[in-house]
Amino acid sequence: MNQDNPTMPDKAAAFDQRDRDWYIDKAVQAIVFLGGISAILFIIGIFVFITKEGLGFLLRDFSFSEFFLSPWWEPTDEDEPTYGILALVAGTASVTGLAMLVAIPFSLGAAIYVGEFATGKKREYLKVLVELLAAIPSVVWGFIGLSIMNPLIIELFDVPVGLNVLNAGVILGLMAAPIMTSIAEDALKAVPDRYREAAEALGATRWQVIFKTVVPAAKNGLLGAVLLGVGRGFGETMAVLMATGHAINLPGSVFDSVRALTATIAAELGETAVGSPHYEALFTIGIFLFVVTFIINLSADLIVRGVRNQ
Amino acid sequence: MEMFSESLLNKKNKRIQSLYRSLFMMMTLLLILPVLVILSTLIYKGGSIISVDFLLTDPINGMTAGGIFPALFGTVWIVTVALIASVPLGVAAAIYLSEYAGDNWFTRAINLAIINLAGVPSIVHALFGVGAFVIFFGFGTSILSASLTLAIMTLPVVIVATKESLEAVPIAFREACWNMGATRWQTIRRVVLPNAVSGILTGVILEVSRTTGETAPIMFTGAAFFLPFLPQSVFDQTMAMSLHLFVVSTQVPNVPDALPYGVALVLIAMVLIMNSISIAFRMHLRGKKKW
Repeated sequence: MNQDNPTMPDKAAAFDQRDRDWYIDKAVQAIVFLGGISAILFIIGIFVFITKEGLGFLLRDFSFSEFFLSPWWEPTDEDEPTYGILALVAGTASVTGLAMLVAIPFSLGAAIYVGEFATGKKREYLKVLVELLAAIPSVVWGFIGLSIMNPLIIELFDVPVGLNVLNAGVILGLMAAPIMTSIAEDALKAVPDRYREAAEALGATRWQVIFKTVVPAAKNGLLGAVLLGVGRGFGETMAVLMATGHAINLPGSVFDSVRALTATIAAELGETAVGSPHYEALFTIGIFLFVVTFIINLSADLIVRGVRNQ
Repeated sequence: MEMFSESLLNKKNKRIQSLYRSLFMMMTLLLILPVLVILSTLIYKGGSIISVDFLLTDPINGMTAGGIFPALFGTVWIVTVALIASVPLGVAAAIYLSEYAGDNWFTRAINLAIINLAGVPSIVHALFGVGAFVIFFGFGTSILSASLTLAIMTLPVVIVATKESLEAVPIAFREACWNMGATRWQTIRRVVLPNAVSGILTGVILEVSRTTGETAPIMFTGAAFFLPFLPQSVFDQTMAMSLHLFVVSTQVPNVPDALPYGVALVLIAMVLIMNSISIAFRMHLRGKKKW
């Protein structure tokens, strides 16, 4: 409002609602905006700070071919330390791969049962149970691998060590399955009921409705669930640290001990001096983990969003 | 004849359907049963050691005997400080997303950042905590550094739960309030938040449970293997339940079998009880809802 306008000063004041409440309103808007933007700032902050700590290694010792293609992770070697993560990537990949082999069929099967077959109270109970299973902390899973799975594998398969790909893979599979079940069930629920009704009206039986209509319609959401499970397995730390046997190894069978990328950081960071090449190399693994999980999460998000836009 | 063949087809379909039904039921059970077996084993092997003494005394003889009090105490510290940092921030973020944000690229960027905060590996959060809080901000290895690291990691839990409960409040409630001449904030404070507060609380309880169980993010930022004294301020290091389980099961020689089982049992009980409270609370609310 123009305060100099002599013709209607009173009216201008009356319409100007900038009282105390107006300013409080604007202040709150600014505060909650800061809250909203904080998530973006934190993600950028994570990338900036781990890059800052790992930069020395990236600029000085980093060799692309050694880092990604050498299976020798020997950062403490006095004469010639080597920083190859191939064996660690193989460890992470083998454990995550086996975990998905366990988790994908069971979690999708469970999602179909909970979402399409189970009804009423039974369905509610199953959903609660799945949610509780997802809450078990990873260090407890690691302990289970160490104390329950380890002797079980030694006895069942007559192998000397029970801390191996099989152990960690099964543990990780059981860990990831509840989350994948929940997300997959959400994806099935998101399929409109009129799809089911249309199929039933054409004379389709229940399982035909599910396999020919609901699952194809929900396939992107289901794929998103699988991707998030892969991301979870890839980034899991404590359980794989405790259940893999933590031996640097290119695994030849599920009974070989391996070591994962995440576990390497967890086991070695405490023993390194801040700013040493070894310390910086561990942060460089962190950058790699960050970038890969970012890509996995981004793809999962795009795939799931693709469903909604259809 | 036609009737007959049709009923044959029906029979076949019924058989196939019940086959599939049992198949998927078995898959669900196979997913759940191993975990129930594992939980019973934990109770069976660790139950005997649990007592009031176990919860309220210090570990002795190089952590091979005694109780877990400093770890319990430290976990309460870490979780409390993490909540103080993350709940206001998470609620603010959720208010922004639910009440202010438009459907544009900026909102999508925020949502993507939230998904990624939840998806970044916990050990990467630990590296961030070391680089940012321990070194850059100079908090050292302390409860403050550990809690802030956990606060950022679990922020998505609060944001998602709060946003859901805010969005569950019908738009008509807000419109009625705006029509009375209330500002946006007055509407949020007097109408939206009171109707959503219990939903927010279930999210906070879930966050407490998550924060309690996390291990990797606190390993290098503030939790210690063993400390002979309790923390006095947020700048001290502390023991914690989750790390204590890792330590007694992997780092300490000659630990009697029951001890790590007991620690695991207490930890898992804390987490599951809090989750159950949150779930029960949510169901109670859903039953009560009038709109």
